[in-house]
Amino acid sequence: MKKAVSITVNGTTHHSEIEPRLLLVHYLRDVLGLTGTHVGCETSICGACTVMIDGQSTKSCTMFAIQADGSSVTTIEGLAANGALHPVQEGFWERHGLQCGYCTPGMIMSGAQLLERNPNPSVEEIRHGLEGNLCRCTGYQHIVEAVQHAAGKS
Amino acid sequence: MAKYVGQRVKRTEDPRLITGLGHYVDDIKLPDTLYVAFLRSMYAHAKIKSIDVSEASHAPGVVAVYTGADIGSKVGPVPCAGALPGLKVPDYRVLATDHVVFAGQPVAAVVATDRYAARDAIDLIMVDYEELPAVVDVEQAAKGGPLVYEEYGDNIAYRLTSGEGDIEAALKASDKVIKQKIVHQRLIPIAMEPRGVLARYYPGEQELTIWSSTQIPHLLRTQLAIMLGVPENKVRVIAPEVGGGFGSKLNVYAEEALVGWISMQHGKPAKWIETRRENMQATIHGRGQIGYIEIGCKNDGTITGLRYNVFADMGAYLQLLTPAIPTLTGLMLSGCYKIAAIQMNVTAVFTNKMSTDAYRGAGRPEATQVIERAMDLVAAELGKDVVEVRRKNFPASTEFPFKTATGLFYDSGNYELALDKALGMADYKSMREAQKKARDQGRLVGIGVSTYVEICAIGPSQATPAGGWESATVRIEPTGKVTILTGASPHGQGQETSFAQLAADELGVDLNDVTVIHGDTSIVQYGIGTFGSRGTAVGGTAVFNAIQKLKEKATQLAAHLLGVEAAAVSFKEGRFSVEAAMAATVANSGGSKSEPRTSISIQEVALAAHVAHKIPPGFEPGLSATNFFEPSNFTFPFGTHIVQVEIDKETGEIQFQRYVAVDDCGKVLNPMLVDGQVHGGIVQSIGQALYEEAVYDEQGQLLTGTLMDYALPKATMIPWLELDRTETPSPVNPMGVKGIGEAGTIGATPAIVNAVVDALSPLGVRHLDMPMKPENIWRIINKVN
Amino acid sequence: MIPAQFDYLAPKTLDEAIALLAQHADDAKILAGGHSLIPAMKLRLAMPQILIDIGRIQNLSYINEDGGQIRIGAMTTHYQLESSTTLKQICPLLPETAAQIGDVQVRNKGTIGGSLAHSDPAADWPAAIIALRAELVATSTKGDRVIKCDDFFVDLLTTALEPGEILREIRIALPSGRTGQAYMKVAQPASGFAVAGVAVTITRDQQGRCQSAGVGVTGVASKAYRAVGVENALIGGPLDAQSISKAASTVTDGIAINGDLYASEQYRHHLAQVYARRAIEAAAQRAQ
Repeated sequence: MKKAVSITVNGTTHHSEIEPRLLLVHYLRDVLGLTGTHVGCETSICGACTVMIDGQSTKSCTMFAIQADGSSVTTIEGLAANGALHPVQEGFWERHGLQCGYCTPGMIMSGAQLLERNPNPSVEEIRHGLEGNLCRCTGYQHIVEAVQHAAGKS
Repeated sequence: MAKYVGQRVKRTEDPRLITGLGHYVDDIKLPDTLYVAFLRSMYAHAKIKSIDVSEASHAPGVVAVYTGADIGSKVGPVPCAGALPGLKVPDYRVLATDHVVFAGQPVAAVVATDRYAARDAIDLIMVDYEELPAVVDVEQAAKGGPLVYEEYGDNIAYRLTSGEGDIEAALKASDKVIKQKIVHQRLIPIAMEPRGVLARYYPGEQELTIWSSTQIPHLLRTQLAIMLGVPENKVRVIAPEVGGGFGSKLNVYAEEALVGWISMQHGKPAKWIETRRENMQATIHGRGQIGYIEIGCKNDGTITGLRYNVFADMGAYLQLLTPAIPTLTGLMLSGCYKIAAIQMNVTAVFTNKMSTDAYRGAGRPEATQVIERAMDLVAAELGKDVVEVRRKNFPASTEFPFKTATGLFYDSGNYELALDKALGMADYKSMREAQKKARDQGRLVGIGVSTYVEICAIGPSQATPAGGWESATVRIEPTGKVTILTGASPHGQGQETSFAQLAADELGVDLNDVTVIHGDTSIVQYGIGTFGSRGTAVGGTAVFNAIQKLKEKATQLAAHLLGVEAAAVSFKEGRFSVEAAMAATVANSGGSKSEPRTSISIQEVALAAHVAHKIPPGFEPGLSATNFFEPSNFTFPFGTHIVQVEIDKETGEIQFQRYVAVDDCGKVLNPMLVDGQVHGGIVQSIGQALYEEAVYDEQGQLLTGTLMDYALPKATMIPWLELDRTETPSPVNPMGVKGIGEAGTIGATPAIVNAVVDALSPLGVRHLDMPMKPENIWRIINKVN
Repeated sequence: MIPAQFDYLAPKTLDEAIALLAQHADDAKILAGGHSLIPAMKLRLAMPQILIDIGRIQNLSYINEDGGQIRIGAMTTHYQLESSTTLKQICPLLPETAAQIGDVQVRNKGTIGGSLAHSDPAADWPAAIIALRAELVATSTKGDRVIKCDDFFVDLLTTALEPGEILREIRIALPSGRTGQAYMKVAQPASGFAVAGVAVTITRDQQGRCQSAGVGVTGVASKAYRAVGVENALIGGPLDAQSISKAASTVTDGIAINGDLYASEQYRHHLAQVYARRAIEAAAQRAQ
């Protein structure tokens, strides 16, 4: 039984009829075609699917799309404002914070959330803030540097 | 100084990846796509008595359900490229028919109009199994145990002895012979992007396109053509953005062929995206060796001989390189030491588990673990410092190419240089003094050293199953833009950038005017792929060579356009110029109304080559060159890693205090990318050393089958990595590059283990197996059994 | 990865929710933050026919201090508890515990009520709730029912909530006097769940001796529990190293200890003792 939802994603409100069991990540990827948000595990561990919901970083594989009815979602595609990269995106580019790029959108979301709450984090605080995101390529050090760069501490 | 090569150039890959605009397999959407889901065996070993798909076939959205009986011989077996004497190769069908041999083996495939419907129908398939006893333990399998394949009469896939020198005599002549059992636990590679396949068959054109998350698009195309009976020139494989591989996508999988076949049956695109649980159960695993070391030494620390008897866990089937991995271990047992006699005896066994195969390092981490642990055992036995024992056995930098008793010639090396640099960075002497103080206070502080060498840039074709060369085409388009087609298939390594750096410098063009294309077999000439730390050393050399050919051709045309002989033209920073002396001659020759030109840009030459209005006789229009580079040898990167840890005496938990690494990968195109490779490699080593292990129970069920159970290193678990380099060029290729993709993983694990063993050495500990879990350490400290 | 089908109901009020739950008691599950339930549904370990999402009910997310009592709405997220400046002042054990749950994203969405009602044997909240001697308020069509935390955790994934009941509020007596609190845990490196987690609250009397103690333990057994023996051993004692160590050594007395791949029964027993001691020491030190 499909249900009607309206979800604002990256500033655009979408009205959709969806199955209640549709995961938010599948709604974003398969219904809206926003494929920058990735699926990396099925147990809410890896964080590749992280998006912002009403300003809070959330694993979109651990939420039904219907729960986001009426919410405002920001995905990696919507993070750059008016064509200017978000500072965390810039940091990742400057500091080689990514290799294969698969975990990257989620990592960037977590980095952005961290800096919103703590604009001047220590290395330990950055690592703690990225605990919900797994990366298998970088060993995290360049990611930590990327977040530092974004915080203007480079 | 070169403008780009050697610089920390930001990656050209990144803008699309940091904005979510890259395309991994599941990001490619085709209309009318059918979705495939697999029912997998719940048993590690069973007979299939019957399969009932009737309910599933009629479920909403389901288009078809296939079992092994439906496939029959329509799809060929999953290939194994290993060719060892006496090797038994089980018939590996894409769907099981009457016998399943590992938990997770595909038994049936549901095809449906969306992924939710496909998943739902899986639960509606009824399989009647007769469970059989499973063999899980490697040594038990070697002894007999339940048989994976009755028809073989045993579980032995092959036996192999390798090495040179008289090992018996060498050990006999030693002052000391030290023995140690060593376990290299099974690991799960876990690329962050699971595998995925999208297939599209056009019945009219009879063309099959497969998008697959693979490291080897061309090799995959060849094998899929064979498996599916489609002419190879009608199969196109595209490796789009690939979210990590680490060897796990250096393979040909049942699902890749089956999804292609399904698309052919229905004339529609078909897609399968692996779940993480499937990935952990049914994508290749790594390592899985249990070995017995015997190392002989003189009282002065000289190593006399090394024997390694090893049981290698193949799993149930042989995937592409499964049997080849232990042979790589055998090649690298000499480490960076002079050892006159080395022998490895491999017993490769079948077990009711997923296949092992190439996982980052692929056989070399095992070798390095063996020799680097053995060096510490020797040092402990003789009461010498671990650095002293290592240094004593190094070949001098003048002894290269250095011949080992494993049959290799190491290309170049300066092991002392890297060691000394690392010792300096760590301030090893102070470290040891501080350790002594800590020990006096009763603290468990340990220092671990690993001096490693590894074999990469794989490799000469003679030494590889299917071609060890790599290809490149470099062309300059009419508008002056440069296109590179590489047969390498980077998936995070950054060669879209480093190859562009190379071309931009060599051709004197802007970096942004170079595009690197890879991974599409219909666009790129045949290539081998990215694995074995070969991308830059072999693939990059092909690019370099193609550029030289291209420049020769461009020089000919430039000379013609400038009215001089080719020998009179020089090329610098993107311009062909008439040599100064010659220019004067041209200017004085008279007759011409306009001022004669003395230089021309490479872009102008490219346009002229395509317009072809003014080309010399015999000159082929266009400006393109291709090189297939066959390396004469492997390359041998090396380095020293030094680790300091402290153990919580109460809980056994390990804390990193320092991590220092000096790596030498020859010449470096982009130091930032090299650092990234080293970081990633070390952290995967930390995973193996401390956390990761694929654990199966006695029935062959994978107990660590989700990321809730199988611990990967997280950002919080990693020390700050202090890196530096030495630079010893390789003579094997013109750029002098070696390779760095796996070095971190190979060099780091023994350093970490050695540090923890060193911390516990006051308690009489000489060895620990991985993963070094706190509980195990707590048991040792407290002498709890 | 893909859950089975279900019907979705999203009541706007608590009354509506309990009416729906009464109607569908056998088939329905309450969806709060979803961070325990949805992962289980994705693995098809849970396949409820109906989900009643209480996320749209107003006024279930709050942290109030009133009349010597802290009252927390069941839908309050871990992050709200972690970041509450009020709680950091008046009951720091709650933010300290919250900060150790899962990761940032999990804390942003997961709720204290959802976690408690799930009664995962390795969840962090139950230890703190037990240490603080909280009361849990369940509501149903029959009205409110106050459940003492000691009665709430019944067994593995089983609570004292009856069919038709929704956990709506957690009540904690405002700590007073010279009180110190601490939560310390060994996290399973993959999941982040507690291998052994101990929450402690200590109040000293005027002489500095232990006047009262609360010790909640998670990760060790099939459910979180109160280490009564430890509490009794501490009360009236001097809170010196020796007495703390002695008290902590009884932390698993009478408890059937779990063993798993990461930590055997024996090792877990040991970790519980070490972390009990460390948490008591920290709490005692903070109780100044």
